Amino acid sequence: MDNAILRRRRRELWTGLVVLLVLILLPLPIHDVYTRNLIIITLLFAGLAQAWNILGGYCGQISLGHALYFGVGGYVSSLLYVRLGIPPTLGMFAAGLVAGALALVVGWPCFRLSGHYYAIATVVVGEIGYLLFLNWDFVGGATGVYIPFNGDSWVTLQFRTQKLPYHYVALAFVAVTWLAAWVIEGSRWGFSWRAVKDDVVAARSLGVRIFRSKMAAAAISGFFTGVGGAIYAQYVGYIDPDSVLAGNFSILIALPAVLGGVGTLWGPIIGAALLTPLSELSRSYLGGSGSGVDLMLYGGIIVVVALARPQGLVSLLGPRRRKEVPDVRPA
Amino acid sequence: MTETLLQAAMSGLLMGLLYALVAAGLSLIFGLMDVVNFAHGEMMMLAMYATFVIWQATGLDPLLQIPIVAVVMFALGVAVYRGLIARALSVQFNTGMVQIFVTFGLAIFLRGAAQLVFGGEFKSITSSWLSGRTVHLAGIYLPLPQVAAGLVCLLAFAALLLISRTEFGRALEATREDRDAVALIGIDRDRIFALGWGLGAAAVGIAGVMLASFYYVSPNVGANFAVIAYVTVALGGFGSLAGALVAGLLIGEIEALTAVVLEPSLKQVGVFAVYLLVLMVRPRGLFGKL
Repeated sequence: MDNAILRRRRRELWTGLVVLLVLILLPLPIHDVYTRNLIIITLLFAGLAQAWNILGGYCGQISLGHALYFGVGGYVSSLLYVRLGIPPTLGMFAAGLVAGALALVVGWPCFRLSGHYYAIATVVVGEIGYLLFLNWDFVGGATGVYIPFNGDSWVTLQFRTQKLPYHYVALAFVAVTWLAAWVIEGSRWGFSWRAVKDDVVAARSLGVRIFRSKMAAAAISGFFTGVGGAIYAQYVGYIDPDSVLAGNFSILIALPAVLGGVGTLWGPIIGAALLTPLSELSRSYLGGSGSGVDLMLYGGIIVVVALARPQGLVSLLGPRRRKEVPDVRPA
Repeated sequence: MTETLLQAAMSGLLMGLLYALVAAGLSLIFGLMDVVNFAHGEMMMLAMYATFVIWQATGLDPLLQIPIVAVVMFALGVAVYRGLIARALSVQFNTGMVQIFVTFGLAIFLRGAAQLVFGGEFKSITSSWLSGRTVHLAGIYLPLPQVAAGLVCLLAFAALLLISRTEFGRALEATREDRDAVALIGIDRDRIFALGWGLGAAAVGIAGVMLASFYYVSPNVGANFAVIAYVTVALGGFGSLAGALVAGLLIGEIEALTAVVLEPSLKQVGVFAVYLLVLMVRPRGLFGKL
């Protein structure tokens, strides 16, 4: 790697540290529970979108079924805690491992498919997961899993009386996924994955093992998505197939990355910072009556941003960013 | 048991014809310009609401509404192409992702709009010429609205196949083969794309009219049918009309038989499992090109 790239990477790490510091201090002057909750949800989606970005952005495999890894992660940690008493601090790693392994199982047939065939296969795999959990009594079927509250604790990651600790749990999740993406960007894997994304044939001719690259990206992406599911389940204290496995959740995970800027370090975070508060605020101020205006606004914003900033909102952040190579497919 | 199975097989056949028509619209658009319309289910939802509203206001039977709704949906399809898709195709970055998420955004927008105008509750057409009547055939009973829906979908499908053999159909085919070269022989690509969207929307619109005659309407009704439609198109092979027909019938049958043999709540799992198995053997679907 030449010096310019190394310098840019170091600068990004410093930017990351500054942003981390700001986010550590951010909730301190805010005492309003609603706002703190909003920030926590935003952080969770930023981390989930970053996890999606590892497969969808860097490796270019548009998965529309990430709710599966998210939901399974939530179920694994919740069931380990409820049935076996294993605390979620450990359970979330089990959740990540199971979700990552599941991503490999799903990837094995699905990565033979390309383009839209792949995207639709992931939708279908997600739907299968949803339907199976809905009909599976061992995991609570349609009623889901209720996580009993045993007092505020860093071991069980339960904090009902205060929001602040969970802010730091969610922030740690964002920081770790960001760092993972940063490491991947500079690693040999990152280069291979981007080659797979840009041109499969060229990548293969350079000796990149396509299938392996996709599987590795899927496993890492699935792992972090599963961990996110565990953190989410512990935060809300209750999960059922509709809240964690439904198809639209897959879109909610992918959207911040897509609109913020796919395959970039800051895209998922910027996308989540815009979309999540927008969706939550419009739902609580406009959607309470079930009027549908919140959905219209949300859908409208997606259309406008996707058309006006196809390279993502991150491109608004000034000229220091490396120029992206435009898509050179025939129009 | 044989009668139950036969009954299920016939219902599956009729539902399969409907799935085939919904998928045909999607497949047509994809074949033409490599765009998957993720708002396809919502377009069907709009057609169903249109049918319901016209029926409520005038009492006009759904069967007679077919041409009206088809024309309205054709116009909507052209408008969606001109307003959104043409722009999405012309962006410089991430073209594939932009078109996916533009149509997703449109789907969410349309769902919200339907919620705003019609409210969230289920609505259904309670009386029509055919409602409540059944056909008795070789020991099985079939509700007449479903039979009519199957037949109309078959006719619409035949019409689509006929269109694909006309001058316009050849222009469609040529545009699909090589988008850039057609400009040299005087085919207006943009116009062909717009007409393709119109036709696709009209096809799903006709399916919507027939579905509305025996199925409830709600803002989310499109979502379930859309997943089936994606599976149908991927199973048949993107861009192939014959593939959409075969896959639609296959899915209708698998769904109906899984419901009888296993459990109704697992009927879609059966469909999805078969789809994944087929794609392992044929990654581009049964009739997919390339």
